[in-house]
Amino acid sequence: MKTEPVIFEYSRPGRRAPSHAPAEAAGPGDLPAAVLRTDPPALPEVSELQAVRHFTRLSQLNFSIDTHFYPLGSCTMKYNPRACNRLAMLPGFLGRHPLGAVERGQGFLACMHELQEMLKAVTGMPGVSLTPMAGAQGELAGVAMIRAYHRARGDGARRVVIVPDAAHGTNPATAVMCGFEVREIPTDPSGDVDLEALRSAVGPDTAGIMLTNPSTLGVFERRIGEIAAIVHGVGGLLYYDGANLNAILGRALPAAMGFDVVHINLHKTFSTPHGGGGPGAGVVAVTQRLEPFLPVPMVTCEAGRYRWLTGRERPQSIGRLSAFMGNAGILLRAYVYMRMLGGEGMRRVSGFATLNANYLMAKLRESGFEIAFPGRRASHEFIVSLKGLSRETGVTAMDFAKALLDHGYHAPTTYFPLLVPECLLIEPTETESREELDGFVAALVAIRDLARRDPAQVKAAPLTTPVRRLDDVRAARDLDLTWQSKRPATGGA
Amino acid sequence: MAAIPGELKYTKDHEWVRPEEGGSVVVGITDHAQQQLGELVFVELPDAGRTVAAAEACAVVESVKAASDVYAPLAGTVIGVNDALDAEPGLVNRSPYGEGWLFRMQPAPGGLAGLLDAAAYQQILEQEG
Amino acid sequence: MPFIPHTEDDVSAMLTVIGVASIDDLFDEIPAGLNVAGLPRVGPGLSEAEIARLMTERADGDGRELCFAGAGAYDHYIPAAVWEIATRGEYYSAYTPYQAEASQGTLQLIYEFQSMMAGLTGLDVANASLYDGATAFAEACLMAVRANRASRSRRVLTTRAMSPAYRDVARSILGGQGVELVELPLTDGLTALDAFGAEDGDFAALAIQQPNFLGRLEAVDQLTDWAQARKMLVIGVCHPTMLALLKPPGAWGQAGADIACGEGQPLGIPLSSGGPYFGYLTCRLPLVRQMPGRVVGRTVDLDGRPGFTLTLQAREQHIRRSRATSNICTNQGLMVTAATIYMSLLGAEGLRRVAAQCHANTRALVTALTGLPGVVLAFRPFCHEAVLQFDCPVAPLLEGLSRQGILGGYDLSEDYPELGQALLVCATEMRSAADIERYAVVLKGLMTAPLRAQGG
Repeated sequence: MKTEPVIFEYSRPGRRAPSHAPAEAAGPGDLPAAVLRTDPPALPEVSELQAVRHFTRLSQLNFSIDTHFYPLGSCTMKYNPRACNRLAMLPGFLGRHPLGAVERGQGFLACMHELQEMLKAVTGMPGVSLTPMAGAQGELAGVAMIRAYHRARGDGARRVVIVPDAAHGTNPATAVMCGFEVREIPTDPSGDVDLEALRSAVGPDTAGIMLTNPSTLGVFERRIGEIAAIVHGVGGLLYYDGANLNAILGRALPAAMGFDVVHINLHKTFSTPHGGGGPGAGVVAVTQRLEPFLPVPMVTCEAGRYRWLTGRERPQSIGRLSAFMGNAGILLRAYVYMRMLGGEGMRRVSGFATLNANYLMAKLRESGFEIAFPGRRASHEFIVSLKGLSRETGVTAMDFAKALLDHGYHAPTTYFPLLVPECLLIEPTETESREELDGFVAALVAIRDLARRDPAQVKAAPLTTPVRRLDDVRAARDLDLTWQSKRPATGGA
Repeated sequence: MAAIPGELKYTKDHEWVRPEEGGSVVVGITDHAQQQLGELVFVELPDAGRTVAAAEACAVVESVKAASDVYAPLAGTVIGVNDALDAEPGLVNRSPYGEGWLFRMQPAPGGLAGLLDAAAYQQILEQEG
Repeated sequence: MPFIPHTEDDVSAMLTVIGVASIDDLFDEIPAGLNVAGLPRVGPGLSEAEIARLMTERADGDGRELCFAGAGAYDHYIPAAVWEIATRGEYYSAYTPYQAEASQGTLQLIYEFQSMMAGLTGLDVANASLYDGATAFAEACLMAVRANRASRSRRVLTTRAMSPAYRDVARSILGGQGVELVELPLTDGLTALDAFGAEDGDFAALAIQQPNFLGRLEAVDQLTDWAQARKMLVIGVCHPTMLALLKPPGAWGQAGADIACGEGQPLGIPLSSGGPYFGYLTCRLPLVRQMPGRVVGRTVDLDGRPGFTLTLQAREQHIRRSRATSNICTNQGLMVTAATIYMSLLGAEGLRRVAAQCHANTRALVTALTGLPGVVLAFRPFCHEAVLQFDCPVAPLLEGLSRQGILGGYDLSEDYPELGQALLVCATEMRSAADIERYAVVLKGLMTAPLRAQGG
């Protein structure tokens, strides 16, 4: 396949797409020369067609949900309905300045208020703030609220946040960003939190625990009630990482499990686009005792009129997390999706996501793959361990991932969670058909057979993608992070 | 199998220490450590003159898949660093006990106590399996 | 069933393979007491036609005000091609480009974006973006504290002319790590150094906004030299469009600023009630390993062909966990896609024309409004945005303007009470002479008959 040149290579001095800028060049007016730029910034000079063609071609070098099955565990790569995009991009929504009068934003605010209410129903919690702009920011908000809660009670001794070893890397990173120490606890052989380790880890210094349920191991934490009792018993709070909410939507409420605060990744469960790495939305919901600390702003409704609640009315708030009110356009997409599903549709989401995961797990087990937690029901995702096969053939989980690309499937998550060696974390989501799942099983079987026959071929994959495996060491040693015009053209192969 | 030169001292965190004439020591990471990390892409070294406590994180060795802290094997003052690693971090992979040394320290009094000899370090590696 | 492809036959065949009788049986590991029967409070699902009708009504009801507000979000023209292409499914529905071979489109685009942002700011390297301008500012402060090895200070010096929202957000984020933000006072709308003394102590960095929040052009060269002489790093917070016209942070003072960051929204991102936008962050090469967020590098594949991959990942949360540079995972990929297309279509000359036209229009607006009795310009010169002072309260005027479909600006009385009854205004290249005239006429009516306007 041909490589697409870097846009700067199409650039020629003086070539422009002038219809996009004011026709007449205003001078700098009264601006003093000392503050002006002396040479123009290095931006490409291309025609509109060149730009359109370039960025269209680049798009075609991507795998995406719209083009490929994308069973990336922990990421919930379900179909992103087109209606959500179109309706969030209606001119009335797009054109609204964030500081515009609330009287002229009542339609938008109504959507936000109803979204808050739906999220309260989904979590079973009475307080919601929509402002966090990603899962990691939702985590930051959640842990900051835990900190603010303890401080407001005059309890400054709680320095430690407990995190299971199976947790997402963001959990410990977030706890540290909020000024806590992290204490890791192990997982028992069946995939649940090791309760004895938890009991000995908690104490008067415990601020809280961060958990994902179902966990990143693809199993439901069955003793969540006991965990909550242990942590609450020493005065700590429970943080729910909503990464896997798709598995229990409409079937179990985080509040009922004993959690005090939850963040929800709207870009996972509520199908807003991943967009090549963002934007996301990491809304937070809390129980009553954490409500005063929610980040601002929030939407309130008084006598049929919607408006923002700001820091002035919420003196104990952990404050603002974005310049305005968060990723409004993403929140609108989630709102549309949730209204299209309704309560029954949400329950079907978890039902069919779980059906697909358990079906895929059963088929792979039947085909002789090693399931990491064979005695357990899969949640909406599950783990295959390639440790045995890797020892036998030298073919690693990474090799499998790359070989899948040649079969037209995006790779599952590899090497996460860190607990299971040579793992594939597979999450099919509810929007995939049985035929697609069967095709995926066939591809994995074919790769395994090839690994036994000719491992070198698997290790050479992928061969059909725009590039083959890349030299990561060179990328990190000889940093080339920006285009320098003096470099030779990349051109074709 | 990782090399473990008999004349060096070690820590359980996979650092080695070579005492020099005049009481200073040279510090690096072991052959085992560099094998575990894979090709290094960057080494972050402490500033000369910095005083460190034993087991204080004072350098970072970074590969494509991990960035690991290097802990001061003993208390003391950093008196020099291996500037060649800036341009060529791979020296640590190629010559962990030679050209790939990390920094030089002047230990605080009694500093060398508590370090492991080669046999003890070997035993730790065997236990880690 | 919306978005679920299974037929009844599929379901029964799949249940048989699994060995259970019903989908509900798959949830048998959830303890009995935790099960709920459904979500009645969410209500029934709507068809696409029904939700389209509802959303259209709501969007139409919102209308769009004639916008004379900036204050961190700007009403610029967005070429049609930008979002037509950015919302192609291959960009829209792709994940973070961890599998490089399957993500060359997104990766190359980010590399091009990094190149453009480095060029605009006059610095060496850029990351793949952060959430928004305010969080980019907070991350830049944290980065400076980590990176400044000459000073072990955990305080960052900024100014009262830094966006109040940015200062608020930074305090929310920095507080947890014990990093403190200290503000220099203003003289005549500009950051003043004369009150600063040796007793004020050590700082990791000085953060300056250019143009500042009040539309003033800071003496960036002097401020940069002053700070660097005191071993501080310098963070420049800049409006990216104005950088086509103004001296880039990399050229400030003798040595140039060390870090630049800001709000990327002006580069092709719709106002959209405040988000999603994106924050940009660039820096000098020696600081690159302290830079938070994702970074794309160009390298070669097994056959020696050029290709792109995420690099410097060992510092990120998914590998370094509790010792990561930040907990951030996101780059605002879709917004960066749009911004990269936007910058490619405009080029340096197009962007410069937009910047110059914005400034010219704001000047025309200031001339028109200060022609009214009771309205004066607070500071001169100004750039792109300007502060007007009134002899009557601003809030009722803004309400009156809003009733006539005009967003008159940003009321400064809460954030800057020392300025009296003051309004921050901005006219981008989107505002015509007729728009400006209309604002002046409506405002004049309100100011001469404030009581009637209140009752209207």
